[in-house]
Amino acid sequence: MKHAYTWGGILVVVFASVVGDVLLARAMKQVGDVHDLWRRVGLWAVVSRTLGNANFFLGVTAMAVAFFSLLFALSWGDVSLVAPAAASLTFIGNAFAAKIFLHEKVDQRRWLAAVLVAAGVALLAG
Amino acid sequence: MTFRKYLVLAGVTVFAAAGDSMLSHGMKQAGNISLNHLQGILLALLNPWVAAGILLLLAFFASYMNALSWADLTYVLPATSLGYVLLALVAKFVLHEQVSPLRWLGIALISGGVGFVAGGPALTSHEHSKSPVLAKEARNVAPAVDGAPAEDVPAVGGGARR
Repeated sequence: MKHAYTWGGILVVVFASVVGDVLLARAMKQVGDVHDLWRRVGLWAVVSRTLGNANFFLGVTAMAVAFFSLLFALSWGDVSLVAPAAASLTFIGNAFAAKIFLHEKVDQRRWLAAVLVAAGVALLAG
Repeated sequence: MTFRKYLVLAGVTVFAAAGDSMLSHGMKQAGNISLNHLQGILLALLNPWVAAGILLLLAFFASYMNALSWADLTYVLPATSLGYVLLALVAKFVLHEQVSPLRWLGIALISGGVGFVAGGPALTSHEHSKSPVLAKEARNVAPAVDGAPAEDVPAVGGGARR
């Protein structure tokens, strides 16, 4: 039963981080290239445009949910399982989500990278 | 990709790794926090390591948002994973800790993954891939690309006007 709680917690963390990353990425694409904007309209305009973006707000909220569910998952399971599992599954989930929701061209090169990075993080994050 | 953009990606990697380790160092000094003693969180904020860690993580978030404004999510994410490699290298060469063969394998896998992505384009999402400036240039160039239609178009337009 403890096992089920732990994996349930890990899945919630992964889901919330993927949602957060996708929303933040979409928000920043809507804001536009920060370097260009900074040069044209100044830093303050870039900051207020970012903070005023609805997707940015939702993305930060999702990241907060991910953070607190990670704390819960850590209290149910071992760090050596929860931390690497959550981190590496988030990389795989993000590759799928970026392809579906952000229409990024996730080619063979990027799939391979997502799998390699996920495996590497699983080995290092424990 | 300009030098400045590589600096932003380096910021994503370094700020995340440094912020996380300072925060964890500080929290170990500050001690356990329980739901019954929430004032412990406020006390922890007074710890200089915790405060510095939070500032660095804010810097990480700013560089992460900066990078996402001009690059794909699947391009920026591998850069964040380089932080794990950085931490392992710091453990080995600065703190002189033992790094196990499995961890070296992890370092090799992440580095390989980052190398694969870094060799490709930074931005592929087609709906955003053209900045307004580039789109305007493309429009100006388009009629000149195939010569015959370029001559036809103004003629048709002119005819309609007359």
